[in-house]
Amino acid sequence: MAVRSRIKTLKIDGRDVSAHEDETILQIAEENGIFIPTLCRIEGLSLIGACRLCLIEVKGWNRLVPACHTHAEEGMEVFTDTERLRNYRRMIIELLFSEGNHVCAVCVSNGNCELQYLAQRLGMDHVRFPNMQPVRKVDMTHERFVLDRNRCVLCARCIRVCDEIEGAHTWDMRGRGIDARVITDLDIPWGDSETCTSCGKCVNVCPVGAIVEKGRAVGEMTKRKDFLVYLSKMREAKK
Amino acid sequence: MVSASHAESLESIISRFAGRGRDALLPALWAIQTASGHINLEAVRALSLALNVPEADIYGVIGFYSMFHDQPTGETIIRVCTSPSCGLAGSDDLLDHVCQRLGVEPGQTTSDGRYTVEETTCLGLCEHAPAALVSQRGVGERSVPSAVDLESILADHSAPYPAVTGSLTHLLLDGIPVDRAQTLAEYGDYSALRRTLNDLMPDEVVAKIQASGLLGRGGAAFPTGLKWEMARRSEEKPHYVICNADESEPGTFKDRVLMELRPHLLLEGLALCAYAIEAEQGYLFIRGEYPLATQRLQQAIDAAVASGYLGDNIMGSGFNFHVEIRRGAGAYICGEETALFEAIEGKRGFPRIKPPYPTRVGLFGKPTVINNVETLCKVPGIINRGGRWFRQWGTDLSTGVKLVSVSGHVSRPGVYEIPLGTPLRQVLTELCGGVTGRLQAVLMGGAAGTFLAPDEIDTPLTFEDLRTVGSTLGSGAIMVFNDSVDLRDVLRRLGAFFQHESCGKCYPCQLGTQRQKEILDRLHAPLPGDRERLTDIGQTMSESSLCGLGQTAAAAVLSAMKRWPHLFE
Repeated sequence: MAVRSRIKTLKIDGRDVSAHEDETILQIAEENGIFIPTLCRIEGLSLIGACRLCLIEVKGWNRLVPACHTHAEEGMEVFTDTERLRNYRRMIIELLFSEGNHVCAVCVSNGNCELQYLAQRLGMDHVRFPNMQPVRKVDMTHERFVLDRNRCVLCARCIRVCDEIEGAHTWDMRGRGIDARVITDLDIPWGDSETCTSCGKCVNVCPVGAIVEKGRAVGEMTKRKDFLVYLSKMREAKK
Repeated sequence: MVSASHAESLESIISRFAGRGRDALLPALWAIQTASGHINLEAVRALSLALNVPEADIYGVIGFYSMFHDQPTGETIIRVCTSPSCGLAGSDDLLDHVCQRLGVEPGQTTSDGRYTVEETTCLGLCEHAPAALVSQRGVGERSVPSAVDLESILADHSAPYPAVTGSLTHLLLDGIPVDRAQTLAEYGDYSALRRTLNDLMPDEVVAKIQASGLLGRGGAAFPTGLKWEMARRSEEKPHYVICNADESEPGTFKDRVLMELRPHLLLEGLALCAYAIEAEQGYLFIRGEYPLATQRLQQAIDAAVASGYLGDNIMGSGFNFHVEIRRGAGAYICGEETALFEAIEGKRGFPRIKPPYPTRVGLFGKPTVINNVETLCKVPGIINRGGRWFRQWGTDLSTGVKLVSVSGHVSRPGVYEIPLGTPLRQVLTELCGGVTGRLQAVLMGGAAGTFLAPDEIDTPLTFEDLRTVGSTLGSGAIMVFNDSVDLRDVLRRLGAFFQHESCGKCYPCQLGTQRQKEILDRLHAPLPGDRERLTDIGQTMSESSLCGLGQTAAAAVLSAMKRWPHLFE
């Protein structure tokens, strides 16, 4: 039997917890029922640490660190829900809401949207920035799916799942900063893509209403959140 | 202009790069663009198959770097710098003039297809502000210092522009020509490397650097010897050494001057680092906006290889070290070390999460030392003369000498070498010939730095003293503003800079730099609540961004709010 890594004991929000040293703070928190918000991360794909929502404070460390990418250390004292962290998280969600078209009432993902959930959970109840009202191309060319870039939050889950799991790498990102956006192949209409296998994985991992199935009405788009874990388990079993 | 028949064909470029793998992507894209002016879909498809990189991925890379074009451009691209130092010197008028003469808007191409005009961020020619960069297909690229009008920009400057330099300590830049590169014969026979290969073990080289107390000169001031030691001890092999010559911090041009004037000093420093950490391959990553430095360094590498100072079995010692130049393509973020690795690996310049740090997981996932140009240029002197010699200058914490890049309202803007601890006032009065007009503000450390008020210029220039007053020495950029300047205009340019250069990977910076820019654009007529929003955005970016770009994107703004609150009312 493989030797599992050593056990570490640490404190999260004042609670004593123990964990394997190869576990991240995020994993340990989840095992112990402690909520840490995340958006770019999804179980089964590589970590990019981009959303910065899972930042935590560690006693004695100057910088805030992402829980998804920080491993357990003996005697570490972690704080996941301080005023400072709550402020930054709300601010990030506020910036996201003001940047795109995130009008829940008219969205097919209403009620099944991770951004909406985070806003409610983190108490982001008003937006102090004028909405940028982007006018970005909605791509309806795929026979089964729709891409609405106005709702995209650039979490890069679609890019990662297509590259790492499906192996097609139909998706990528173009531009930089505020002009960054997702593209298919050579920035051609999705329906014309030669590499897309229409597997629908990107639809299932998209946290918002940016990549959805056609023909859904408001609030009808539900996604299977655990399918990546299921997929990797089945693949592992086959090996 | 060279006719199309002289340009390398796509087929030939593809076969030259085929099978080299993904890290050949940026060099291949440069080759294609140089040959045909832009990178079209046919080229992307061919490259995708030759390098085994997905099409969407390549397309994403092209769209990330501002010097790559996927659409045809004019035969000549004129890029006019509008960063603060050039802004003071009238770059907005120059850009207007060029556009008016050619009948285009910035970003457009003339109807005859001859010219494209672009607005660009700092070109590192701040002592010759205003500056432009001209790319002529087939003839190459050149920097245009002290640009006056369209004619002066388009004139074929074969005469080199001399660097303005001065020194209190006379180590790096004294007694050498200022209008051409020092030749190998003038430089010498790489005596520090020779002595090292004959007499010193790698750990002894590291010990000498550690004894000198040298701190990195790129801006972060990390102890160089410690960095080398950490990489040397990393068991994973091979090790890599990289010179970070992506000098893109607005107001910083000392590395450009070192590369243009003393290329062999840099190469010897790089080779010494390679020996110390047992690396056999090194990269010089030079920003795309530095054509002259790139050309002179390539000539210096060729000369050093021909004389046996680089290459296999250097000076008969059995030590092998190869250096390759990699050209950036217009992205400030690539000065961030992990983003620079991504660029060499042929990807979009997205910074990685740290830790792990480069000394353990760096380029191609291997232990890597990455040092700034000036840092490496300090190494041969320390090896030849010892750590104690270097410590005769500076303070206990900030040892040795430092180059500063001074631009803006002084009589003699240029690169100056000072012992650390020299008060800023002395630099401005003695070396730069004094401030022109009445001093209003100094921006230390470039766009990512902080402002000082006139009553703070007696601060000694050390890392620790500047930290005490809430400022930074950074890369040594010093931008001087007299009282004719509207600081709101300077802040507006800084806001535009970060909005343009944010890579878009993490939310606080991607969204925060945009919102910060909007507020800085309307400082003359702010909306209610703007000051609070600006503070909140600034703090969020500073504390929660993924990398140093976002973490410093509000530093200058926050420092200005503290010193001149009335500017934000």
